[in-house]
Amino acid sequence: MNYICKLSQGINSFMKNIRNFCIIAHIDHGKSTLADRLLDFTGSVTDREKQDQLLDNMDLERERGITIKSHAIQMEYTHKGEQYILNLIDTPGHVDFSYEVSRSIAACEGALLIVDAAQSIQAQTISNLYLALENDLEIIPILNKVDLPSANPEEVTDDIVDLLGCDPEEVIHASGKTGFGVDNILEAVIERIPAPKGNPDEPLQALIFDSVYNPFRGVETYFRVINGSIKKNQEIKFIATGKNYYADEVGTLKLKQFPRQEIKAGDVGYVITGIKEAKEVKVGDTITDAKNPTKNAVSGFEDVKPMVFAGIYPVDTEDYEELRASMEKLQLNDASLIFSPESSAALGFGFRCGFLGMLHMEIIQERLEREFDMTVITTVPNVSYHAFTKKDPDEIIIVNNPSDLPDPSGLDRVEEPYIKATIITKADFVGNVMSLCIEKRGMITNQTYLTTDRVELNFDMPLAEIVFDFYDRLKTVSKGYASFDYHPIGMKSSKLVRVDILLNAQPVDALSALIHADNAQYIGKRMCEKLKELIPRQQFDIPIQAAIGAKIISRETIKALRKDVTAKCYGGDISRKRKLLEKQKKGKKRMRQVGNVEIPQQAFMAVLKLND
Amino acid sequence: MVKALLAELELRKGELQGQVVETIYLGGGTPSLLGDEELTAILDTVYKNYSVTEDPEITLEANPDDLTNKRINALSNSLVNRLSIGIQSFFEDDLKNMNRAHNAQEAKDCLALASRYFDNITIDLIYGIPNMSLNKWQENLEIAFGFGVNHISSYALTVEPKTALDTFIKKGTFQPIDESLALQHFNYLVDRTAEEGFIHYEISNFGKPGYFSKHNTSYWQGKPYVGIGPSAHSFHGTKRSWNVANNSKYVKAIQGNELPSTMEVLTTTDLYNEYIMTGLRTIWGVSLDKLEGDFGILYKQHALKASKKYLEKGLLSISCDLDENQKPIEKLVTTQKGKFLVDGIASELFMI
Ligand SMILES: Nc1nc2c(ncn2[C@@H]2O[C@H](COP(=O)(O)OP(=O)(O)O)[C@@H](O)[C@H]2O)c(=O)[nH]1
Ligand SMILES: [Mg+2]
Repeated sequence: MNYICKLSQGINSFMKNIRNFCIIAHIDHGKSTLADRLLDFTGSVTDREKQDQLLDNMDLERERGITIKSHAIQMEYTHKGEQYILNLIDTPGHVDFSYEVSRSIAACEGALLIVDAAQSIQAQTISNLYLALENDLEIIPILNKVDLPSANPEEVTDDIVDLLGCDPEEVIHASGKTGFGVDNILEAVIERIPAPKGNPDEPLQALIFDSVYNPFRGVETYFRVINGSIKKNQEIKFIATGKNYYADEVGTLKLKQFPRQEIKAGDVGYVITGIKEAKEVKVGDTITDAKNPTKNAVSGFEDVKPMVFAGIYPVDTEDYEELRASMEKLQLNDASLIFSPESSAALGFGFRCGFLGMLHMEIIQERLEREFDMTVITTVPNVSYHAFTKKDPDEIIIVNNPSDLPDPSGLDRVEEPYIKATIITKADFVGNVMSLCIEKRGMITNQTYLTTDRVELNFDMPLAEIVFDFYDRLKTVSKGYASFDYHPIGMKSSKLVRVDILLNAQPVDALSALIHADNAQYIGKRMCEKLKELIPRQQFDIPIQAAIGAKIISRETIKALRKDVTAKCYGGDISRKRKLLEKQKKGKKRMRQVGNVEIPQQAFMAVLKLND
Repeated sequence: MVKALLAELELRKGELQGQVVETIYLGGGTPSLLGDEELTAILDTVYKNYSVTEDPEITLEANPDDLTNKRINALSNSLVNRLSIGIQSFFEDDLKNMNRAHNAQEAKDCLALASRYFDNITIDLIYGIPNMSLNKWQENLEIAFGFGVNHISSYALTVEPKTALDTFIKKGTFQPIDESLALQHFNYLVDRTAEEGFIHYEISNFGKPGYFSKHNTSYWQGKPYVGIGPSAHSFHGTKRSWNVANNSKYVKAIQGNELPSTMEVLTTTDLYNEYIMTGLRTIWGVSLDKLEGDFGILYKQHALKASKKYLEKGLLSISCDLDENQKPIEKLVTTQKGKFLVDGIASELFMI
């Protein structure tokens, strides 16, 4: 008796000194910078290892200053004479990755909610806060960037107090830039965030919150042990995929991986099992013991569903196989990318790809270009529709591609995905934002004044409208003072038509778009105008037409190029002109010949930016 | 400023390493500001610091409103032996539209006078101005021929972004450029100058035999040159440099005995691209032997492959001359039909 008591005390004292927490914030409010400071302050990095945005290790993340993947790191910190293990998870801020954020949150007991002292509460502050509250996390509000001259500490503290219903004293003032307040943050992490609860004697139950592909070692799976423990060489099972593996290596995540014999309940770590494909590791899945499995999977697991679809084609048809190989490699480390082969009359062979959202699509396109040196054409993106034919009105036909839409004559009805949108803006711009959302077929469901000057608006809106030029216009109509977040709320019936584009009287299937019938006329017209702007003139007239079925709804002509010659070419003109023509030639490399018309890469995405 | 120009000339005297100066060109806005003595000072400084050939071509660029009786007289007594006059048009409304300081009468008067003192005169004429009828363009040319000029540089009006003309066109106060009209004018220009005995030796340049601009031809043939003054470019085989454009920065640097210039070293590909670009603009074309000899077989093959579609469309042709040793030399030249599209063609032949 005595003995058991002692033992569990010992275990408790192990868990007692662990804190698992994540950082949540609206994009750019300073998560990654503050994470850097926490690492410095706890001595988790040596001077030599120091660099900005330490956890954002993808080139793209550093360049764009965004966090695309979650990142976990373990720190050690002594407080009041006791040593603590602090597991920190930095999460992406963008809505495209909200599922991943939700799983990181589920792995923690507490969250640092960072609010920019100049920007105050924004849409993702709120949506991420809700996620944290749903998971019963202890919230530590942090007023960040107090060093900024434009910081507004009193007002923003009031906003935070209003939002959380907390005491003003609980809001920690900090600056990720200067390091101010970092000690207070660490103290709060230890004193306010509860130690993990869990039973080390129960069967293994661990939550997968992320995975990273390592070309040499296969997929590294990041997890949080809820109950039990995971040991080196243990046979383990992933519940959702039903697959068994051996834990070849387990360890904790310092700046470098740190192999251990065992990771116990309450702690965060990684496991390497020789898995070669990211697909096998599903974020949100539960790891358990293969022989003595837990009865309960961690709740909240979902198979992530792509929200946006587009065709990706090589600019040069000969590169199809290379593109396939590149996509496969990319998928190895980004399981949320899905693709299947498709062909287009205009573009030849390519892939229909599913993405988490528009940012994800951009990232994939960019990674294909820089990591695999593939120049690709991305066709007009669309969401996933459900179509029903008169012949078989109960059978769902999934439409991920404009060409999948059944012929209008046999079409019974179409449903499209809707989202609930949260927009926070200044009172001055409420009118503009509402007009935009209504134009985008949104229905306002709620309007709340967070303060006298800041308003939260909720709309039910078709997801398709977000894909088409929403972010940029929201930014414009609000002069940048609006933040936006959304989550899906199901399918609703819709009136959908396919608008086709004809160049030189030839339909170009890759330019077709699925559009709500009420907007088709206008969008068809704008598409023609936009293409006229983007397709370079050639030595003959090129008619551009938009059509619904056989009906032409709009028409423009690209006039033939008659004059393409520089008048003066002396001395300094020579190098200037050479550089200009070189640029022109480079641009041509990104053009695709369809029939006898050369179409630049960006024309295929033109419909997204009709208002530029 | 003139002091700075003189100082720069001195500063850079070693640059040509004894190569002989064959042409001197005073252009780019400065000449109209130069007094007679200043002009003399500049030319003297050149002669003092550089070795100048016995019969150099020395051109001075000027606008009709600068070329007063007295000025022309003074110039005729200077070393300047060629005048480039920015006539633009002999019609009042065109000159107004183009924001010129001189009027039609001044244009004619100055040309009449200048041709009494100078045999080697070139004038600038602009065509393709909206509203300019073919008739008026024809008249412009006839007036020019009437003065017996031996060289014409003629440019299609181009609208540079963010200029006054650009704004007028956007606002609708000025008609947009009509490319077909410009092309019509160009074709007429080519035919008519040929009848008068001019040779169309570069897209925008027409000269009677013996009157080609030696200076400009050097640019297109890749000869070295030293450019003096703000934003002037210099070129030495594979190195191109240019001075700062800002006048006061320029003067300040020169006062401190420093050359405020930026240099770039041209790669083989840069040089190839420039050769294609300038070659296709001139009657000398792009020599296939030179492509192979100077740049290598890969460049030649690339050029031939890229020119195929233009050869088929009749925008380029391959012609064959005999060199001084009666050896045939093949060259790629732009046809009459291709000339107005030469930028796009050159760009396609570029190596990237
Ligand atoms: N002045 C100031 N700038 C900060 C502070 N923290 C972050 N930043 C800047 O804010 C931008 C966004 O920071 P980042 O950490 O990437 O934000 P994240 O998107 O939330 O990860 C970067 O330009 C940072 O340099 C701070 O405390 N003070
Ligand atoms: Mg970040």
